[in-house]
Amino acid sequence: MSGNKEEEDPRINGIKTRIRVVPDFPKKGIMFQDITTVLLDPKAFKDTIDLFVERYRNKNISVVAGIEARGFLFGPPIALAIGAKFVPLRKPKKLPGETIFEEYELEYGNDRLEMHVGAVEAGDRALVVDDLIATGGTLCAAIKLLERVGAEVVECACVIELPELQGRQRLKGKPLCMLVEYR
Amino acid sequence: MFAVENGLLGDPRLQAISDAIRVIPHFPKTGIMFQDITTLLLDPVAFKHVVDIFVDRYKHMNISLVAGVEARGFIFGPPIALAIGAKFIPLRKPGKLPGRVISEEYELEYGNDRLEMSTEAVKSHERALVIDDLVATGGTLSASINLLERAGAEVVECACVVGLPKFKGHCKLKGKPLYVLVEPTQLDEITF
Repeated sequence: MSGNKEEEDPRINGIKTRIRVVPDFPKKGIMFQDITTVLLDPKAFKDTIDLFVERYRNKNISVVAGIEARGFLFGPPIALAIGAKFVPLRKPKKLPGETIFEEYELEYGNDRLEMHVGAVEAGDRALVVDDLIATGGTLCAAIKLLERVGAEVVECACVIELPELQGRQRLKGKPLCMLVEYR
Repeated sequence: MFAVENGLLGDPRLQAISDAIRVIPHFPKTGIMFQDITTLLLDPVAFKHVVDIFVDRYKHMNISLVAGVEARGFIFGPPIALAIGAKFIPLRKPGKLPGRVISEEYELEYGNDRLEMSTEAVKSHERALVIDDLVATGGTLSASINLLERAGAEVVECACVVGLPKFKGHCKLKGKPLYVLVEPTQLDEITF
């Protein structure tokens, strides 16, 4: 099973109702999907993590890569529960050791995602985690970083998908698991 | 107060945690021996030790809220919050949190920065834990305490994985106790 919304599970609705949509943030026209309200509900937060852990615990995932900063909220609990390494993928100049980077496009200009050299090894089976997938640009950069060092990206996991932006198509053929769609 | 001063003297988990932290000399600038916790996160056993020690300490203290400082506080805070059944609140750099926020300035070596918190996150009289990876000057933690108190919470303690030795004993930050697992790793103990 890959790329499926966990449609049947009754916990999904509880999570969806906890997501706060904030209009015109960070700028006009954007309906911002605020997951911090999910974190204010211990049951909804736990359910979110449990759903991903149940999916990944028997898939031999050796590394969970979380995208700064909201991927840091969900990635580590999943990594701890499945016994995997956690690797933070960060904005430029935050990681102190030797890094490799991958550029990706923003609406205006580019940004970069960095990973520590040596954190992920050839043969690692990786899960990429972020709170939301929009255009898929950041997730695609994450996949590229992991593949460059020889890891196999098994899946990308996000709490929320904005399907109209078709980010799912930009994941270099990798499957996406998400819990909640926002149209 | 360090873990070794409070019941965990000789606990092998503390050595494992310390050994898993990497020192990067002269980052972000000359003279700073940066305590890199990313190598701790690459060791699932040592990472779990950190969470277990904090959870054992806080699970019976009626903590309803864990506040984590962006960004490395986001890595340690949520697992603790999940295990003790508390809310998690991110304390963020300016402009990142949507909706209504309150903000607190704090000093850097050169200039100031600000930390923000959502106004709707905290109810009055909640018992809060503040978490970050490391405490040096205490500026960020003090700003965090201020934010939570302004919103009506009671800060029970601040917790960090690494702390400078000056925080031994009953050192307090703005009157609040501080709990630290390990001292900074030294250069001749570099692990990879």
